[in-house]
Amino acid sequence: MKLVYKCIGKNMVVKFIGEIDHHQSKTVREEIDSVIYNDNIKNIIFDFSNVDFMDSSGIGMILGRYKKVEDKDGKIFLVNVRGNLDDIFKISGLYSVAQKYNTVSEALEVV
Amino acid sequence: MDNINFDNYMHLEFLNKSENESFARATVGAFVAQLDPTVSAITEIKTAVSEAVTNAVIYAYESKIDYIYISCGIVGRDVYINVEDKGIGIPDIEQALEPAYTTKPESERAGMGFTIMQSFMDELTVESKTGVGTIVKMMKSIEE
Ligand SMILES: Nc1ncnc2c1ncn2[C@@H]1O[C@H](COP(=O)(O)OP(=O)(O)OP(=O)(O)O)[C@@H](O)[C@H]1O
Ligand SMILES: [Mg+2]
Repeated sequence: MKLVYKCIGKNMVVKFIGEIDHHQSKTVREEIDSVIYNDNIKNIIFDFSNVDFMDSSGIGMILGRYKKVEDKDGKIFLVNVRGNLDDIFKISGLYSVAQKYNTVSEALEVV
Repeated sequence: MDNINFDNYMHLEFLNKSENESFARATVGAFVAQLDPTVSAITEIKTAVSEAVTNAVIYAYESKIDYIYISCGIVGRDVYINVEDKGIGIPDIEQALEPAYTTKPESERAGMGFTIMQSFMDELTVESKTGVGTIVKMMKSIEE
């Protein structure tokens, strides 16, 4: 799995490419956390358009990042969420702490 | 798993390395493909297998190296999958199945694995004994 990101002010747009599982999630979370810390990121937009597979390890990874930004009133946005991922997000109750938008630009309009 | 009564059957055994999580789910997905399931049914099976195998990798043997076993049988359009380890076992299965219950919150586990397995498969049973190991038994019927 690969991760591409860009920062726009205090917002970080993270695009995953490949499969998010237990094996892959550790390096991803370290990479994101160092950007949250160094660039003083408040809101994170996760773009799932190129995610081929995700399991509960991805849920833990997203919730972990939510905990990093929630004390500065930061928000988590989930965009380009397709069928199976949407099911996993619903089952795990992720939408109670993160908001779903169709595209990155729609999410950036509301941050 | 009694393989005689299946139309087709396969068995995998591999070490409890996290690298094998993607190997395991991809292999089961490829085996089940002979029933020509929808992409969404295959993804649900792969996700359930990934959850059970990841649990065995993380919890069963703590830091020791040991084997994880998968049996997969097909009868008609029903797919039976067992994921087994000979590890520490689960002391309270009912509690382990509860959504958001995890014994490793510090490793960012969400406690959603069993809940996801239950909702993506038609049947799930867990057999486990402390110090002996755990078998997660799942079944999914593939629609024509
Ligand atoms: N094979 C196993 N051996 C021993 N304990 C297990 C095994 N599988 C699951 N458990 C126990 O059951 C609990 C619940 O498992 P479940 O998959 O639902 O959540 P999790 O693995 O903690 O979190 P997540 O799957 O969301 O990352 C685990 O925290 C663990 O204590
Ligand atoms: Mg789990």
